[in-house]
Amino acid sequence: MTAPKTLYDKIWDAHVVDEADDGTCLLYIDRHLVHEVTSPQAFEGLRMASRKVRAPEKTIAVPDHNVPTTLGRENPDQMPEDSRIQVAALDKNAKDFGIHYYPVTDVRQGIVHIVGPEQGWTLPGMTVVCGDSHTATHGAFGALAHGIGTSEVEHVLATQTLIQKKSKNMKVEITGKLKPGVTAKDITLAVIGATGTAGGTGYVIEYCGEAIRDLSMEGRMTVCNMAIEGGARAGLIAPDEKTFEYVKGRPHAPKGAAFEAALSYWKTLFTDEGAHFDKVVTLKGEEIEPVVTWGTSPEDVLPISANVPAASDFTGGKVGAAQRSLDYMGLTPGMKLTDVKIDAVFIGSCTNGRIEDLRAAAAVLEGRKIAEGVRCMVVPGSGLVRAQAEEEGLADIFIAAGAEWRMAGCSMCLAMNPDQLAPEERCASTSNRNFEGRQGFKGRTHLMSPAMAAAAAVTGHLTDVREMMGEMA
Amino acid sequence: MEKFTKLTGIAAPMPLVNIDTDMIIPKQFLKTIKRSGLGVNLFDEMRYDRNGNEIPDFVLNQPAYREAEILVAGDNFGCGSSREHAPWALKDFGIKCVISTSFADIFFNNCFKNGILPVVLPAEAVTYLMEDATKGANARLTVDLEEQTVTASDGKTFSFEVDPFRKHCLMNGLDDIGLSLEKVSAIDAYESRAKTQFPWL
Repeated sequence: MTAPKTLYDKIWDAHVVDEADDGTCLLYIDRHLVHEVTSPQAFEGLRMASRKVRAPEKTIAVPDHNVPTTLGRENPDQMPEDSRIQVAALDKNAKDFGIHYYPVTDVRQGIVHIVGPEQGWTLPGMTVVCGDSHTATHGAFGALAHGIGTSEVEHVLATQTLIQKKSKNMKVEITGKLKPGVTAKDITLAVIGATGTAGGTGYVIEYCGEAIRDLSMEGRMTVCNMAIEGGARAGLIAPDEKTFEYVKGRPHAPKGAAFEAALSYWKTLFTDEGAHFDKVVTLKGEEIEPVVTWGTSPEDVLPISANVPAASDFTGGKVGAAQRSLDYMGLTPGMKLTDVKIDAVFIGSCTNGRIEDLRAAAAVLEGRKIAEGVRCMVVPGSGLVRAQAEEEGLADIFIAAGAEWRMAGCSMCLAMNPDQLAPEERCASTSNRNFEGRQGFKGRTHLMSPAMAAAAAVTGHLTDVREMMGEMA
Repeated sequence: MEKFTKLTGIAAPMPLVNIDTDMIIPKQFLKTIKRSGLGVNLFDEMRYDRNGNEIPDFVLNQPAYREAEILVAGDNFGCGSSREHAPWALKDFGIKCVISTSFADIFFNNCFKNGILPVVLPAEAVTYLMEDATKGANARLTVDLEEQTVTASDGKTFSFEVDPFRKHCLMNGLDDIGLSLEKVSAIDAYESRAKTQFPWL
């Protein structure tokens, strides 16, 4: 009898092309997603070595990081020259190397991690890589998905493999039920708050437990998306009926008999009873509160009911880091988080730019107005999400509330395009990183769920969305 | 790729924990389609004010550390995004080795692809080397990859672990893609196996 395996063990074993004596493996890559920022040097490397893309049919490209999110953006004059050159390079590379491509004019264009699942490129049991750390998102399908650097992008383009050593197995279990007003974003931030940003280093995390099972596919993507913020190589969730239902009928998902064959394999993708985990973290779902970050690391997480901490609340190297964060964020220890006033709200990103995220934000904003002096930007994760939100009337709610309704892209999550904070502007953001300067030079970011960000937009300060839920129909 | 064998150089102390890739190279510099020229923008927002003037307090702006080739850094160096622009910027500035208690996974991988050696040492050793580094240009560290040691200016030596395959590639400046393409028959064989086993892919 073979030893019990984790889900990660199973996917890993199914993709080993070659294993050296020291355990270094050549791992086969089923899907390679490409965007404009981390790929130009890789394509240049191929050209210089006269190499081709080994499997162009498994390679999908879309511009997302740089693209403007304003209407009329197909006019290249809307982009600064360096961005235009980078997007034009992707246009040309996609054409020259014959890979699937969604240009900025295509309604299917969007953030690469939203487009992949939406188009059925992401399937259970696959290996998925992209030159972007938030590739972890695709783990929600029970796919082994992680970010790689540009040299590795070139390696995958040339060989359809990666040189890898196996990570350790970590289990993160969320037991029980979430309370009303608590979402997938709160789960993933609470986990990072508990483990720290290096807590997952060297591991692949499998998220499990009742609260994870209860999440929709979109919620699961939010959870896995931020596995990297906890330091893990990847996050995984075993596929189930929700996964199969989500995948079925998508443009690039298998059809008919091929789907049935795939399904019978996908149903074997779970962690066997008694399989070994090197590290286990358990949180009780009912104890998770709506959370926000106060500092400049995603591990700086607190329930919205808490007060801003003091540097002296920490130990070791974190004391200096916490003081630096407090200074950078302009916060006074002891003040209530709900007293922190905001200037801007960003709703979008690969973490929270899907239709359910927009529905959650719209549910709070419906019949309400964004506070005076606050600017609120809503950026759908793809052109198709945008179209659906318009069809469902969500866009009308955002516009009536006073928000900006934008075109799809990464936008103010990393602020590579003009969507940026001004120095010392404070933002309630549904994105994934609150690093110094992330959303603009000296900009101040508080991470939270879409519903919490919408609540902050209405009141003008960080707010417990549950206080507004009573009034919601 | 440039080889890394043995390096004796000035080490700059950066005790801050969780130095992320947005700090190492902010996003406005990711719009390049080249690998070179990023050194001038390394740690840009810590190194320059809004008008582009150097901030004198920042370690790499201090006279003793302008020629630094080694960084001694706080825990979890390189966390955040996958941007290889981070090691490109370090390399372009002249940094060839970073010493810390821990590194973020993708950054760690990216270093090896660019001839930079990330050295993981226990907290006591990093603290010792950090103090040594605060002595400025007089405190040169020696990093010997063959022997897997870091030697402080007073001769105190610390041993570190490194993956044998990565050590081999770094010491010989080997190109990963060339090595993997030597295994093309194994890749072909995998693909034909997968065609039967996973026909929907």
